[in-house]
Amino acid sequence: MSSKPPADDSALQARRRFLKGLAAGTAVAATPAWGGASLGDVFADFFQKHYQRMTAEEVAAALERIERKAKRRYDVAIECKNTPPQPGVVYGYAINISKCRGYRDCVHACVEENNLSRDTQYIRVVEMEEGFEGLHHANHYYDHELVPAPGKYYLPMQCMQCDNPPCVKACPIEATWQEPDGIVVVDYDWCFGCRYCMTACPYQARHFNWGNPVLKPDEINPDTHYLGNRPRPKGVVEKCHFCIQRTREGRQPACQEACPTGARIFGNLLDPHSEIRYVLEHKAVFRLKEDLGTEPKFWYFRDN
Amino acid sequence: MTNAPFRSGIGNFVADGLRELAKGPPGYWVWVIFLLGVIAFGGMHYLDQLERGLAVTHMSNQVSWGFYIANFTFLVGVAAAAVMLVIPAYIFHRKDIKDVVLMGDTMAIAAVTMAILFVVVDLGRPDRIWHMLPFVGRFNFPQSLLAWDVIVLNGYLLLNFGISAYILYNHYRGVEASERRYFPIVLLAILWAFAIHTVTAFLYAAASGRAYWHTALLAPRFIASAFASGPAIMAIGLQIIRHVTAYPIPQSVINHLALVTTFALQITLFFLGAELFTEFYDETEHSLPARYLFFGLGERAALVPWIWTAVGLLAAATVILMIHPLRHNPVTMNLALVMTIVGIWIEKGMGFVIPGFIPTPLGEVFEYAPSFTEVAVSLGILAIGLLIFTLLAKMAVPIQCRFLEAGRDGRACAPAGGPSRQATAAEPEAEGAKA
Repeated sequence: MSSKPPADDSALQARRRFLKGLAAGTAVAATPAWGGASLGDVFADFFQKHYQRMTAEEVAAALERIERKAKRRYDVAIECKNTPPQPGVVYGYAINISKCRGYRDCVHACVEENNLSRDTQYIRVVEMEEGFEGLHHANHYYDHELVPAPGKYYLPMQCMQCDNPPCVKACPIEATWQEPDGIVVVDYDWCFGCRYCMTACPYQARHFNWGNPVLKPDEINPDTHYLGNRPRPKGVVEKCHFCIQRTREGRQPACQEACPTGARIFGNLLDPHSEIRYVLEHKAVFRLKEDLGTEPKFWYFRDN
Repeated sequence: MTNAPFRSGIGNFVADGLRELAKGPPGYWVWVIFLLGVIAFGGMHYLDQLERGLAVTHMSNQVSWGFYIANFTFLVGVAAAAVMLVIPAYIFHRKDIKDVVLMGDTMAIAAVTMAILFVVVDLGRPDRIWHMLPFVGRFNFPQSLLAWDVIVLNGYLLLNFGISAYILYNHYRGVEASERRYFPIVLLAILWAFAIHTVTAFLYAAASGRAYWHTALLAPRFIASAFASGPAIMAIGLQIIRHVTAYPIPQSVINHLALVTTFALQITLFFLGAELFTEFYDETEHSLPARYLFFGLGERAALVPWIWTAVGLLAAATVILMIHPLRHNPVTMNLALVMTIVGIWIEKGMGFVIPGFIPTPLGEVFEYAPSFTEVAVSLGILAIGLLIFTLLAKMAVPIQCRFLEAGRDGRACAPAGGPSRQATAAEPEAEGAKA
């Protein structure tokens, strides 16, 4: 994963470099305590404000601390970005069920791209009986030599990035919200792990860090985003964020790139010429649990 | 003690209260040290949980709330049930109940403290609890039902604490607390008690994706079962106080609580039946949690013996309490009260919280049973609650006794001494009320 410079303003980048220098100075001056973190970092972490309340400088300092923490914990140099949403962009996803063959390549690409704890997966592909629709018929643990198995079809599910997200409503401390580009994000440094959002989510899309994430240094993707795939602490909730570190730079999410059958179509819902718009306008699309009024930005369709 | 003069001054009030804690019969010390031991045991396991994360529990991404939140739900009900003493005492002016209503408030304080602690130990990052504070934190009010719950629970704790302290301080000074002054607060506390349990029910009912919880009957069901289990606990607690202290607790109060438990149990069983009819008459996909709870889904049936035990206990308790001679017999009455407490604890604790997650919204069936750590931490919290109740009662009882003795004819506290003497002193009272 090459670390492209983020698309945001270069002034912020300069400020970050300056602060990096400052931080290096304090790191030398302060005695390492609290498991290798400088006392200054520990205090700054504890009192860190909500993401939406931080000034540009405070965000930059937080990003520096995240990078230092990764260095300390995994001895890996990561870059943590804060790429803002692009104007005029709202992301949507559509999955062609006819093309999905149940390989789960998307699942594994997601794990690697997003620095997921090796016991967590954002994407769940379930095996369904042809002719059946209800999710209680789903086989969550299919494990055949060869897929697709005869008489089966496959349904990949992940965070639906609801336009009316019940999880956001549930959070008592506004640690999760919908960004202007439609992505529902979590501030991992604000969440206090009550898990009420997990009970509110009808798609089982939220995952909790029950312990410290299981993540080896050589598995770490160093190209990270504050609201995305940066290494997570224990005790907080996380979820699919449409690969915010990639998509906000105009790239496709890792699951889309990994899919060998072309079943996944991701793009800007506001761009009338996008492929996703074509699908929505020309295919018989449906969404999961539409009766709940969550307005997912995640559709399914079949070839004719 | 009996002849001690009344004193005044907040400083003296607090100092005398603390002094009272430092003296007591050996039984008191054994009990306190036992509770402290259990608290230390739970505390050690909680430290381990802090260190290793909630991975030491058996909760999962599928069943993301467990034993802690089950106990929380039960205890909010117990706390709310104090109104079953407050309403007859202040609205219907039952003198006998008014004399012991402070004990109900004390129980509510202990219960709501335990409820709050059960939420705190369930947090992944308790170090960030300040994120809820006004100004420095962010509070998703009025959107989040959990934000509502934080407000109503802490408010209820403050209200009960404030009212009890005000009344007790006046009794300490030897005067009747001015009812005109605290009555509006009592009214507020009564409404607030209903609010804490309603909000807690709405916390679950708000989850539109979990059909098992998403029912308008939930809040009424919660209130009904709370008014069964709460008065049952209070009736047992008051009898224990009558046994180990000199506090004159009339049998009429115990009978009142047993009667409230009886009515509330009948309503609880009716609501349960209404729920079961809707779930099973024409079974849909939304009935799967109920099917899991009562019959199991295939091999997965961990809660089935528990819920049938609960239903059996509640039905038997209802029958016992409905037969007057049995309700007035201390042995059968207390048996039925204990059955009620255990039955409701299962039914609205694990029996209510866990099936909400099974199957998951995506149809996965993944079971849950608490880990040793969860049980140990929960026992620690229970011991904290019992200790709070013990210590508050220890401070309040002498003040109440002295006040009642000075002001009332007929009833008097027995002289301070061994518990056995006091128990016998209370006995004729019980006989008298029964006759």
